Amino acid sequence: MTETMNIVVPGRARRRPRKGRSIIAWIVIAVAMAVSLLPFYWVLRTSLSLNSKLAAGSADLLPVGFNFGAYERVFGLQSPAEAIAQGGSGASINFWQYLGNSFLFAGITTVCAVFFSSMAAYAFSRLQWRHRDKVFGLFLATVLVPPIFTALPNFLMVRNLGLLGTMLGLVLPYLFMTPFAIFFMRQFFLNMSREVEEAAMLDGAQHWRIFFQIVLPNAAAPLATLALLTFIGQWNEYFWPLLVSDESTRVLTVGLGVFKSQSPQGAPDWSGLMAATLVSALPVLVIFLAFGKRIVNSIGFSGMK
Amino acid sequence: MTNTQTLRAATAQRTARSRAGGSGRRRSRTDVRIALLFIAPALIGLLLFYVVPTARGLYLSFTEYSILGEPEWIGTRNYERIAQDPLFWNALVVTVEYVVINIVLQTSIALLLAVLMQRVAKSTFVRGTLLMPYLMANVIAALLWFWMLDYQIGIVNQVIDWIGLPRIAFFGNQEWAIPTQALINTWRHVGYTALLIFAGLQAIPSTVYEAAAIDGAGPWRTFSRITLPLLRPVLALVLVVTVTGSFQVFDTVAVTTAGGPVNASRVLQYYIFQRAFNEQDFGYGSALAAILFVILAVVAALQMKFLRGNESDLD
Repeated sequence: MTETMNIVVPGRARRRPRKGRSIIAWIVIAVAMAVSLLPFYWVLRTSLSLNSKLAAGSADLLPVGFNFGAYERVFGLQSPAEAIAQGGSGASINFWQYLGNSFLFAGITTVCAVFFSSMAAYAFSRLQWRHRDKVFGLFLATVLVPPIFTALPNFLMVRNLGLLGTMLGLVLPYLFMTPFAIFFMRQFFLNMSREVEEAAMLDGAQHWRIFFQIVLPNAAAPLATLALLTFIGQWNEYFWPLLVSDESTRVLTVGLGVFKSQSPQGAPDWSGLMAATLVSALPVLVIFLAFGKRIVNSIGFSGMK
Repeated sequence: MTNTQTLRAATAQRTARSRAGGSGRRRSRTDVRIALLFIAPALIGLLLFYVVPTARGLYLSFTEYSILGEPEWIGTRNYERIAQDPLFWNALVVTVEYVVINIVLQTSIALLLAVLMQRVAKSTFVRGTLLMPYLMANVIAALLWFWMLDYQIGIVNQVIDWIGLPRIAFFGNQEWAIPTQALINTWRHVGYTALLIFAGLQAIPSTVYEAAAIDGAGPWRTFSRITLPLLRPVLALVLVVTVTGSFQVFDTVAVTTAGGPVNASRVLQYYIFQRAFNEQDFGYGSALAAILFVILAVVAALQMKFLRGNESDLD
């Protein structure tokens, strides 16, 4: 495909000046990239500034009064007096606990949802049974239900089970499947070669064994992609944790919201808030730096949420 | 790989035996039971957290339920009250305003970026950079812009000041509250939308463009007569997903303005949240959520109908 494109290009170039247009295209793309990235720099710059000096040097491109105080505040290494002296609000954030909760919440739900969804996807692609596609359609139809609509009854159920404020109550609705995960894995399984599986089946291997020993190992790459996407999505989840978590099970997104809203002295602790924001974003940033290509290439029709 | 090899080797030896067993017919019969085993966990999830709550939510919308005690059936009274509720109508107007600004901005910028990427920059690095904001939590996007758009010392207002324009109270001004939320979401979402459209562009065969070039079609003509029509199914899907998603805006509002100033950013989902969880009025909240549900279904159906999203002109 690229070759045919290359053949056409010279012809085009003769007819009209292409270079100028390319430069404009590049400028637009560069601006878009800058708009995407610069806010992250500004967060970093603010988090390394002294909060009390931010107002005076609000347009300085480098950190104002460079220091790590904001991070010390976030991680609970500063005494309140020290924090207030640095322009902190005196608000505290139980950061380590929220961080741990976020990892637990995102980790547990990712592992379970990806696994159970893959099992279902296997049944929806490799097994022949009556009404298969209708049942699959039913699973897909759930994307039409807005989460807020089911969140209210789900909240009541978790409450009636006495699970409000527990990790189990927090992860429960996400454990069994996501329509997206089933769809994503089914697409992959449908394209897998039948040969090996049939050979194993003739050998008398059970579906269970085929699934674990042949299908899953061969699907390692899409499983990893799906796990990454699911983890990021769960890490960023806000609404449901806001409803059912308490202080002991609070995740970072909810914790950040609380941290922002409590400013005992009135003036927000911008450095502290931006430090907390950056640390909250860090796991996703690390995942993205390590697996960016995989994630980027998964965005297409099959990757559509 | 080793597994498959062992299995394959073993197969060669035993094929004859299993053929003699004639298990072919039995397999297709047992598949239903086996399939049920495989979908069992997902089915439990579907029933417990989608089907039952949907039915229960619908039931609750016809009740008066303050979380203490039992839901009390009151027929359609919640819906009648909603029809008279100025806060609901305000929420609807505000939400639609958000959706329109958000979708128009986001889709047109994404389309432009996708076409430009297709032309000059297909690299993963470019796409990855544009995707970065989308991977951030809404809460993070909200806080980041809450700081950058701060009236007193936010960098954006510094720049506006420097240009010589009056400062803007992005979150404090009733006129600006919703456009600001839409801008934040556009920042976060535009790269993702651009990548989806970009993937759609990749699927258009280059021969079509070549034919257009030979016929002497200029870039604008090529775009409007070829790219856009062929992209229609993709655009339809993208629009359905982004529009329905936008109607459910909550996180950024909850973290920054909490519905204010006054009612300026009290979007539907935030209003539902307040009625159900702050005022413990689950019946009313459920009825509001049911209305949102219906709005989304109608909007999605209309979009699919008018954009003919399930037909492609490529065949």
